[in-house]
Amino acid sequence: MTLDDILASLFPGGSDIDVTAAMIAGKAVLPGAGPVHVLGITQGQPLGVDEAIVLAGRVIEIVRSGDRAPILFLVDSSSQRMSRRDELLGLSEYLSHLAKALLLAEAEGHRTVALLYGGSAAGAFIATALAAGTLVALPGAHPAVMDLPSMARVTKLPIDVLKAKAEATPVFAPGLENMVQTGGIHVVWDENAPLAPQLAAVLQRPQGQDDRGRLGAERGGRRKAAELAERVAVAAALDRGSQDG
Amino acid sequence: MTAATANTVSLSWYEASARQRIEALVDAGSFAEFIGPEQREMSPHLAIFDLPEQFDDGIVVGRGRLEGSPVLVAAQEGRFMGGAFGEVHGAKLTGLLRAARTLNQDVLILFDTGGVRLQEANAGELAISEIIRAVVEARRAGVNVIGLIGGRAGCYGGGSLIAGSCSRLVVSEQGRISVSGPEVIETNKGVEEFDSRDRALVWRTMGGKHRYLIGGADTFVDDEALAFRQAAIDALRIRRDCGVTVLEAEQKRLERRLQRFGASKDAVEIWQALGVGQPADIPSLSTDAFLRAASNRENADDAR
Repeated sequence: MTLDDILASLFPGGSDIDVTAAMIAGKAVLPGAGPVHVLGITQGQPLGVDEAIVLAGRVIEIVRSGDRAPILFLVDSSSQRMSRRDELLGLSEYLSHLAKALLLAEAEGHRTVALLYGGSAAGAFIATALAAGTLVALPGAHPAVMDLPSMARVTKLPIDVLKAKAEATPVFAPGLENMVQTGGIHVVWDENAPLAPQLAAVLQRPQGQDDRGRLGAERGGRRKAAELAERVAVAAALDRGSQDG
Repeated sequence: MTAATANTVSLSWYEASARQRIEALVDAGSFAEFIGPEQREMSPHLAIFDLPEQFDDGIVVGRGRLEGSPVLVAAQEGRFMGGAFGEVHGAKLTGLLRAARTLNQDVLILFDTGGVRLQEANAGELAISEIIRAVVEARRAGVNVIGLIGGRAGCYGGGSLIAGSCSRLVVSEQGRISVSGPEVIETNKGVEEFDSRDRALVWRTMGGKHRYLIGGADTFVDDEALAFRQAAIDALRIRRDCGVTVLEAEQKRLERRLQRFGASKDAVEIWQALGVGQPADIPSLSTDAFLRAASNRENADDAR
């Protein structure tokens, strides 16, 4: 779906949303749920220092406003901007700052929902879509961690080998279905049905718990993560008990 | 309780293993590991790529004491898979951070990582996201999460985003912090954009001195385990939260950095703009001389 189709299906009553330099910002009213802040990155834009600081600033403004309205973050990006300038300026801090701002918004009472409708990868994916309280996607969305040529360079494996592994291994391979199986994406929406009720349903979910590990285990894509994190937490609690005693 | 004693043997942080770093960092004999190598929690995914496994999956987590006070500690082993985050590796750190919040205990993360382990990319990336969330939740509950960076693999990719979420960062000259590694930039954008073989370029763009000068790290130390220990002790004395005031201040800090240095083409230009007298000499300065030259640096100002 295009951005226009998505906005029309989510907000049939119209919206006040501006797209400048591939950055989305505005507000709309969701039928049955009230005002929603809309932010995002579109047109497959890489996320660099300049984009991240604008988006984070907007999130912080929303938190400051105190209205507690949900934030919908629309994502169609590529990876972080790979450039000498962005790294020179400390891109990691800008991306972390954006992720922290989204987590802050959720903790301060805004529901945060990211909708992945195009691509996203690596640092951009972590700082936007994966920093929301709930991540949903539309069919055709295509998340990735890294493109295969870069993977080949870093892993020193031939690209043909990587392509073969990519077809057989959900925990390794890029793509929507693999990200659903590993628990990173809560639900893939039905693009043939109106989107407004689907967003309203997500906003009804209980919030505050990171349940991606449990989802990944249930769906068979990440069998160990949830259980192992829990075992470490239990070991830490027991060890403290023995120290105190 | 036994008296708090540091190991006094000189040890290069860069050269040391994860276990040696922990040993030298916390009070002597105080460390207890959780889910240690004897439990054989290895990656279930590496065999698919015919890669060797390691009994601890390249990360050590547990609890020790620092000057007598309990701290949770995680140390990555950069010599195994570049210290990269896979499913097991990441889950151990996630669990430790969740425990930190519940138990209200501070955490030290000894980064040494190339980022997401690409052979289990989706699991690694989700682990990074779960860890960032757990760091923020712990910080909001009043727990300090201190990052220590000075290992062979540096702190790249998703690891650098976790570092950016920590309440305080300690770095040595050898510590590099960057999202895209030099080889990844070169592969994607060409050698004209970034020549990954130009080591001097790598160190002045991503290295500890540059990060300290622009406020990307809070404390600069020698490549010496005792220096990291002392910096960790000092960092834990500072109480801070992660609320809207801190993030608003970070917003201003990072906006200011773009205004001041956004047009600079090279680190040396930035150092000149900072008022460093002989900016081209920065890479060759000893720690003492560097810290004197860095007196006008941008400070993180507790805005992180």
